[in-house]
Amino acid sequence: MLNIEGLRIEIDGQEIVKGLDMEVGTGEIHAIMGPNGSGKSTLSNVLMGHPRYDVTAGSITFRGEDVFELEADERAKLGMFLAFQYPSEVPGVSVANFLRTAVNSVREKELSPMEMYKLIQEKMKIMQMDPKFAERYLNEGFSGGEKKRNEILQMLMLEPKLAIMDETDSGLDIDALQVVAKGVNELRGPEFSAIVITHYQRILRYIEPDRVHVMLDGRLVTSGGKELADALEEKGYDWVRQEFGAGTHS
Amino acid sequence: MPEDKTIQELGLDEYKFGFHDPEDYFFKTPRKGIDPEIVAMISKHKDEPEWMLEFRLKALESFFEKPTPTWGGDLSEMDFDEIYYYIRPMENQGRTWDDVPEDIKNTFEKLGIPQAERESLAGVGAQYESEVVYHSLKEEWEKSGVIFTDMDSGLREHEDVVREYFGKTIPPDDNKFAALNSAVWSGGSFVYVPPGVHIDIPLQAYFRINAENMGQFERTLIIADEGSSVHYIEGCTAPTYTSNSLHSAVVELIAKPNARIRYSTIQNWSHNTYNLVTKRGVAHENATIEWVDGNLGSKLTMKYPAVYLVGEGARGEILSVAYAGDGQHQDAGGKVVHAAPNTSSLITSKSISKGTGRSTYRGLLKVHEGAVGSKSRVECDALLLDEQARTDTYPYIEIEEKKVNTEHEATVSKVGEDQLFYLMSRGLSEEAAIAMVVNGFIEPIAKELPLEYAIELNRLIQMEMEGSVG
Repeated sequence: MLNIEGLRIEIDGQEIVKGLDMEVGTGEIHAIMGPNGSGKSTLSNVLMGHPRYDVTAGSITFRGEDVFELEADERAKLGMFLAFQYPSEVPGVSVANFLRTAVNSVREKELSPMEMYKLIQEKMKIMQMDPKFAERYLNEGFSGGEKKRNEILQMLMLEPKLAIMDETDSGLDIDALQVVAKGVNELRGPEFSAIVITHYQRILRYIEPDRVHVMLDGRLVTSGGKELADALEEKGYDWVRQEFGAGTHS
Repeated sequence: MPEDKTIQELGLDEYKFGFHDPEDYFFKTPRKGIDPEIVAMISKHKDEPEWMLEFRLKALESFFEKPTPTWGGDLSEMDFDEIYYYIRPMENQGRTWDDVPEDIKNTFEKLGIPQAERESLAGVGAQYESEVVYHSLKEEWEKSGVIFTDMDSGLREHEDVVREYFGKTIPPDDNKFAALNSAVWSGGSFVYVPPGVHIDIPLQAYFRINAENMGQFERTLIIADEGSSVHYIEGCTAPTYTSNSLHSAVVELIAKPNARIRYSTIQNWSHNTYNLVTKRGVAHENATIEWVDGNLGSKLTMKYPAVYLVGEGARGEILSVAYAGDGQHQDAGGKVVHAAPNTSSLITSKSISKGTGRSTYRGLLKVHEGAVGSKSRVECDALLLDEQARTDTYPYIEIEEKKVNTEHEATVSKVGEDQLFYLMSRGLSEEAAIAMVVNGFIEPIAKELPLEYAIELNRLIQMEMEGSVG
C-alpha cells in the first residue's frame, strides 16, 4: 500500500525528518508515536504533498506509484487522505457544499444530489452529528472536537485507501474520542490502511494497531506490536530517549 | 507545488461574453462627440417636452464646466470626443418576446437569459443598445397601478410624475458624469409603486452595450410610495471591444415613509469599459433602501451607491462585491448620510483582487447634528489572490452628532497556502480550491440575491478568474 524509503525532509533549510523507512501493508493500521517536535506532523503533511516542505532524499510509493511529483489533489484521487491536526477555516463555504465538491472530485462518476444528501446524512449519523452541522461554514467557529469529527466525517465520505491521522485524538474528551474511533473502525477492512499519529497511547485502546512505531528526532527508532504502545505508556518517552536517544547518535 | 505559477496560469481563455451581433441600427447620431446640437438632436428624436431639452442643455453646460475627477481611478485615457452618444436599435419596443428581433434574441440566448426570464421573471425590461426593446409587466401590477416602463415611455406617458422627481435626488451638476448622463440620457427604467402595494417578484432589466465606441447612459428612477415595497434587479454583460467605451448611468431611488426599495445589480463590463455610475436613494421616515451591487469586468469602475436617510427611523444598507483582475481597477464602496434621528445603516463591502488588479474601497459615512440615536456599521473585507494584487481603503467618516453609534472594521486576507492545501487534499484542483475560497468570501452578498443571480455571480467570477487576459 505505502512504502517510504530513506525519506529526508527539510523546511527552511532545517532538516526535520532524517532518513525514515516504513512500509504499510494493505489492510494494516500503523501507529506512529512520538513526543512533540519529533517530526510526526511534518511527515504527515509531506505524505499528503504539502508544498512548503522540501523532500531532499528518499521516496514515497503509494499503491505502486511514486507520488513525489503529485500534488495533494492527485494524491487524494489515488486514495490518500489526511485528517488534519489543525484544519483550515473556509468562511462562507458550508460543510455540505464542501463535502459535495470533495466527493465529486475524487469520484469518477458524480453522485446525484439525492444520493449525496443521503450519503451525508448516513455518515453524519455515524459520527453522531446534528444534521444542522452540514449548513455551518467549514471549520469556522468549530470547537476542537467538532473539527476532529468533521475530519473523520470527510474521511467516511471520501472512503480513502490510506488515511493518515495527524494527532486526531489530541484535545478530545473520551466521548469524542470514541466517536472518532468508531468512524475509523467503520472503514477498517482488508482494503483500508491507516497511519495513526499520536502523542498518547489512549486512542490505540479504541483503534487497535497492527504495528507501532516510535518516532524520535526525525527517525523511527523502534517498532513493534501493540504491546510497544503499552510499554511506552508505562515508561514514558524518557525511556525511549535513554534507550534509543537522540544525542547518543550523531 | 509552486502556487504562484499555477495561479497565473489559470487559463488564458478569451473573454467568454465577448461575442457580438452585426450592427444594424435604426438611428444613431451622425457623428462622435458631444455638443448642444447633438443633445438637441437626441431630444428632438425622442419628441421630448421643452423642459427636458432645457434640462439636458443645462446639464451639458455643467458637464463642460466640471473638471474630470482626479481622486478616484485613472481617467486620463478617457476621450469624450470618441463616443457616439445615442444609438437606437429599433423603431418600436417589442411588447412580447416574439417581437424581439432574431439577433437580439441570439445575444440573450448566449447569455442564457430567456429561460430565466420566462420561468421566474414576471416583469422584464431588457435594454439593448440605448433603447428598451422588450418590456412586459404582469397584468395584476398594472391593475394595482404599478408603472414599470422604460424611462423614455415614462416621460411620455407620466410626464407629471417624472417632472416632479427626475434629477431631484441626483441634480445634473452633482458630478461630471451625472451631468453627462443628464445631457444625453436614454433608456433605463421608470418604476412607480403606489401606496401600500408590495411587488413580490423582483422587477428585472438586462442591459447590454453592443456598438463600438458607444456610451450607454441609462437613467433609472424608482419611486416607492408610502408603505410599498419593490425589488429591482439589473444585470449587465457587455461584449469585448478594442477601443474604450463608456457606461455612465444615473439611478435615483425615492422611498416614501414606510416604503422599501432594494436595488440589485450585477455588472460585468468588458475590460475596456469605463463604468462611472451615480446611484443615490432617499429614504424617508421608517423607509428602507438597500443596494446590492456586484462589480465585475470594466477597465475602471467608479461607483458608490448612496443612501440619504432623511426621515426618522430610516434605514440604508449597501452590500457590494467587486472583482479586479489584471489591469482592472474597481473603485467602489458606498455612502450613507444620516440626516434624521434614529436612522441606521450598514455598509458591507467585499473585494477580490488578482494579478495586477486593484480594488479600492471608498466610502463616506456622514452623521448630521441632530441625528441622535443613529447607528452605523461599515465592514470592508479584501481578498488578495496573489502577491501582486492590490487593495486600498478610504473610509471617510464625518460625525457631527455625539449620541450615535458607529463601527468600522476592515480586513485584508490572502488565499493561504494552508487553506489551499487543505482543500486540495480533499481532491479539489488548485483552481477549484481558489474558486471555493472566493465563492465563500462573497457568500454573504450572494445569499442576498435571488438564486439564479447568485449562481450567475459565482459563475461570472469564476469565468473572470479563468479568463483574465490582462
